[in-house]
Amino acid sequence: MSKFKSFLRGLGLFLLVVVGIGAWLALPWPFLLGLAVLFALWMLLTRRGRQAGSVTQIGVSTLTQRLGSSSVIVIGIAGVVAVLVAMLAMAEGYRETLRKSGSDDTAIVLRGASAAEVMSTLDHDAVTVIEQAPGVARGADGRPIASPELIVAANLPLKNGAPDEDGSVQLRGVGPQAWAVRPNVKMIEGRKFETGRREVVVGQGAKRQFAGLDVGKQIKLGSEVWTVAGVFQSGDAMDSEVWGDADVVATTYRRGSTRSSVTARLSDANAFQGFKANLASDPRLEVDTSTTLDYFSKQSETMTKIIRIIGMVVGAIMAIGAVFGALNTMFATVATRAREIATLRALGFRSVPVVVAVMLETMLLALLGGLLGGLLAWLVFNGYTASTIAGGVGQLTFAFQVSPDVLWTGVKWAMAIGFVGGLFPALRAATLPVTTALRAA
Amino acid sequence: MKYLHLVWAELFRRKTRTILTLLSILAAFLLFGLLNGVRESFNEAGKSAVGAKRLQTGSRLSFIQSLPYSLYAQIGRVDGVKSVSYANWFGGAYQDPHNQIFSFAVPPNYLDLYPEIEVAPAERKSFDDTRTGILVGETLMKRFGWKVGQKVPLQSTIFPNSDGSKNWPFDIVGVMRAKDKKSGGWYDNMLLLHWKYFDESNPYNRGEVGWYVVAVNDAGQADRVAKAVDALSVNSAHETKTQTEQAAAASWMKQTADIGLIVGSIMGAVFFTLLLLTGNTMAQAVRERIPELAVLKTIGFSDGSVLGLVLAESVVLVLIGGVLGLALAAGLGPIISVGSGGTISMPPVGVNSWLLGLALMIAIGLLVGALPALRAMRLNIVDALAGR
Repeated sequence: MSKFKSFLRGLGLFLLVVVGIGAWLALPWPFLLGLAVLFALWMLLTRRGRQAGSVTQIGVSTLTQRLGSSSVIVIGIAGVVAVLVAMLAMAEGYRETLRKSGSDDTAIVLRGASAAEVMSTLDHDAVTVIEQAPGVARGADGRPIASPELIVAANLPLKNGAPDEDGSVQLRGVGPQAWAVRPNVKMIEGRKFETGRREVVVGQGAKRQFAGLDVGKQIKLGSEVWTVAGVFQSGDAMDSEVWGDADVVATTYRRGSTRSSVTARLSDANAFQGFKANLASDPRLEVDTSTTLDYFSKQSETMTKIIRIIGMVVGAIMAIGAVFGALNTMFATVATRAREIATLRALGFRSVPVVVAVMLETMLLALLGGLLGGLLAWLVFNGYTASTIAGGVGQLTFAFQVSPDVLWTGVKWAMAIGFVGGLFPALRAATLPVTTALRAA
Repeated sequence: MKYLHLVWAELFRRKTRTILTLLSILAAFLLFGLLNGVRESFNEAGKSAVGAKRLQTGSRLSFIQSLPYSLYAQIGRVDGVKSVSYANWFGGAYQDPHNQIFSFAVPPNYLDLYPEIEVAPAERKSFDDTRTGILVGETLMKRFGWKVGQKVPLQSTIFPNSDGSKNWPFDIVGVMRAKDKKSGGWYDNMLLLHWKYFDESNPYNRGEVGWYVVAVNDAGQADRVAKAVDALSVNSAHETKTQTEQAAAASWMKQTADIGLIVGSIMGAVFFTLLLLTGNTMAQAVRERIPELAVLKTIGFSDGSVLGLVLAESVVLVLIGGVLGLALAAGLGPIISVGSGGTISMPPVGVNSWLLGLALMIAIGLLVGALPALRAMRLNIVDALAGR
């Protein structure tokens, strides 16, 4: 009967722990900060709390005697946090690069039911109607700030690849307004291409990925030879593209006067709804309109979700491994200090201070591990550039971003591991039979 | 072998500690099993005995560029070519443009070049006879809950139908199955429609072909044939690049992500922490048993055999945990694939993963046990018995 009761108790405890961890990981940080403050007040003001504080002090001061086993917890958790933070940073960097490419005062118009720019085709008449639609901002010369653009994929030789190896890059044929529509694009080398000539400007991300994209060099695009006139930088997805004159690109790729999309600056962010409604009700057009912010965020959605899920799953499995490691170490610690803990309890310290002390010690070590892991990930991965095929068209270079959010998630996981890893040994410490423990060797 | 029960007894002296260590090792090798399966499937993509005899001919300039139909007869005449087929990317989506489906418009002889795709003969005949017929891969059928005989409208995200709308009506006439799941798993996820229907119904294609599939008589001749096929279009407006299917798949995978590097780094971190953890456990275990090891030496066990005993203990520990972990990965994989309805297909833990895993387990066991074993070997009997 008592075995059954203890089993039930264990089960109940386990469920409580699971719920607690879930809440911890899900709650926003002001709430957690409030909990931490409450806990600190309990430790400072109540008698039990102060007792817990002194037991913790003893435990922590003798840590140096147990360096070997303590470092197991610290390094084990550091490993978990480093991997988790790295994967989340990858997802974050990818999403940020795409999100920064858009803003909510610029709209992009594609043919209806197109999943991406490269799949959309707008004929010349449609482009004219869109450009003249109300809501589009006008430049100083009275012309609409709208850029009809043509997207194609081109093969270029990869840097660091076999001599025969090609990668696919997104080539964007742009009009004169492209620069006005995207104010964060700046030339950093060379000059803009001249209209009507076979010249391109390349993004710095593309320059890093592909061989031979230096100013003055010639490259082969679509069976014609083009010259690289300059390099631009924009800090977002455009960095991975190559831009040329839309008419020349259209001729080379035999697209005539059709374009893929129209990107237009709106007179202000509120004009979007009216702009969209206007185009939707026009019987000559069948288009999808969205802000560039929405469009690029959607493009990154699937990939970001996949990377985050993979990161969490891998992190979860590693975390489970780390929990068992922490349990192991802390059980051994409690066993080693059995006499000391029994003495304290014989002196009159109650179970709560002992439990709290053991858990605090574990969580302190876990916090250390979490910070170490986060620091390691930040040092190695922050700003690390990677690239992948985006939108099924061309290479997109992005940089890992170890943001404060990501680091905070890593630290939360570390503390959760420490909590679980310390709870059961703490309960064992609190229920040690005092007399036998005092006699233990 | 005769000392196995001694090793076993030593391991399970402190049940809690051993079980917790075993669980940590289990978690590490569970991760290894899952990740290695993914890594292998990326490496294996496109590799198969039949695939080695197939070449892919696409535009050299861009993968969205199409090739003229006239190349069909020309490629067929190249020495060493057994048969030619072609395909166009349809860009199909079901109900939502973001629900992209791998859909290809193909001529009737396409399936002849892919003997590793299994289609029931009656369904194949029905496909040949029905203009709007489509053959759907098994996993794709399950994903959308389609049935043979059902009419489904698909959207093309690229091509409008002859009536100007994006909706293309199709009849599902059969199911495709990959005979070898490992290298052909993705055949289950695609859909084939008729090229004639596609070309006649949209004004944008103008009789052009997306890419050609070329079957060669002899895999050893593949390179020569590839160069000969490319020579047909050199200096023309439609220069081609011909490579084996495997090379094409590998180059695409490489551009997506360096999976090997990612998996390698994660497993490196995991095994590093595992080494530390298990090393600590073994060190503790040996430290506690110094007097007993001294007794063993007194009764006649040589230094070498004490070394062997400790090493055996650590290797057995890692082996038990590792084998359980890999077995769990092998069991979990199919459960995940079935549970997610086919959207995630976890590759099974193959022979290679097992072999690599076992090698790693033994290596880790030996590494972890080395220092404690040396300590056990070198202990001085008198000092050890006295507890110094």
